[in-house]
Amino acid sequence: MNMLLSSDDLGFMIEGVYPLHFGDTTLWITTSHICLLIVMLVLIIFSFFCKRAMNKATDVPGGFQNFVELIVELLDGLVQNTMGWSARIFRNYIGTIFIFILFSNISGLFGLRPPTADYGVTFPLGVTTFTLITICKFKYQKVSGVIKGLCDPWPFWLPINLIGDFAVPISLSLRLFANVLSGTVMMALVYGLLKVIAYAWPAALHVYFDMFSGAIQTYVFCMLTMTYISDACGDEVVKPEKA
Amino acid sequence: MNFTGNGEMFNDAFILGCSAIGAGLAVIAGIGPGVGQGIAAGHAAAAVGRNPGAKGDVTSTMLLGQAVAETTGLYGLLVAMLLMFVHPFKQN
Repeated sequence: MNMLLSSDDLGFMIEGVYPLHFGDTTLWITTSHICLLIVMLVLIIFSFFCKRAMNKATDVPGGFQNFVELIVELLDGLVQNTMGWSARIFRNYIGTIFIFILFSNISGLFGLRPPTADYGVTFPLGVTTFTLITICKFKYQKVSGVIKGLCDPWPFWLPINLIGDFAVPISLSLRLFANVLSGTVMMALVYGLLKVIAYAWPAALHVYFDMFSGAIQTYVFCMLTMTYISDACGDEVVKPEKA
Repeated sequence: MNFTGNGEMFNDAFILGCSAIGAGLAVIAGIGPGVGQGIAAGHAAAAVGRNPGAKGDVTSTMLLGQAVAETTGLYGLLVAMLLMFVHPFKQN
């Protein structure tokens, strides 16, 4: 099929790089895997440097230590403001997925295909959130609270509440996926169809699609995750602070 | 899938053309989120005008609400993408 807009020469699709054969089935190592690996390598190297900087930490922070402390305090403050008492449990998880999603979204700047533009990456993130919500519900509201929440206005509301619960991970992951994918497709269209005049000015589009949109979506994903989880945790558990 | 029995009428070009029209119709879903986000931004601007001290909170709430409202538009976009690039109605 020889089309003007064939997806072959646009290059935003996920492409297979290396086939793995398991009996009859063939699994592909795709560009998503490779970009994911690169992002994770960058994060691991970054964390090694952070660890080294914090090992020889000084009272008056300077240079890199200052930067690391700034990031940690920013994320901790965000989680603390949103989640209240349950912040101390989920601080590490939220910080981790925040940095991971942020780096994944921004990786489009460096010529990678953002790993979050693959539904296979964002759906597990949504499922993780869903699992945490369910665990927190059963742990902090007990079974009676969960049943009470499901039959919220009246008992025959139960199927609708169930659908609402199961829509959470799907809408969370689709939101992130579609936003990043739309940015990727727009950039691919600009570079593929306006090849002749695509000099320097796509940088402005990169700032919007990769950095602004990516940062906003990261914030939204973490914010919604935190809101859902702290809703599930409830607020009736009041533990007196022991000094 | 063969709609006509001999497959003469619905050839590939026809199906691709209809898919393109469907993709165009699907992204009409973008109107709703556009209007909604505009209303949210307008009210946020009014709120900041009334209480400039709460600018940070208002902005973050606005962004969160706008991102949630954007979801329906993104569903339309996804349908359009599937029609344009995955060709789910292609016969062979």
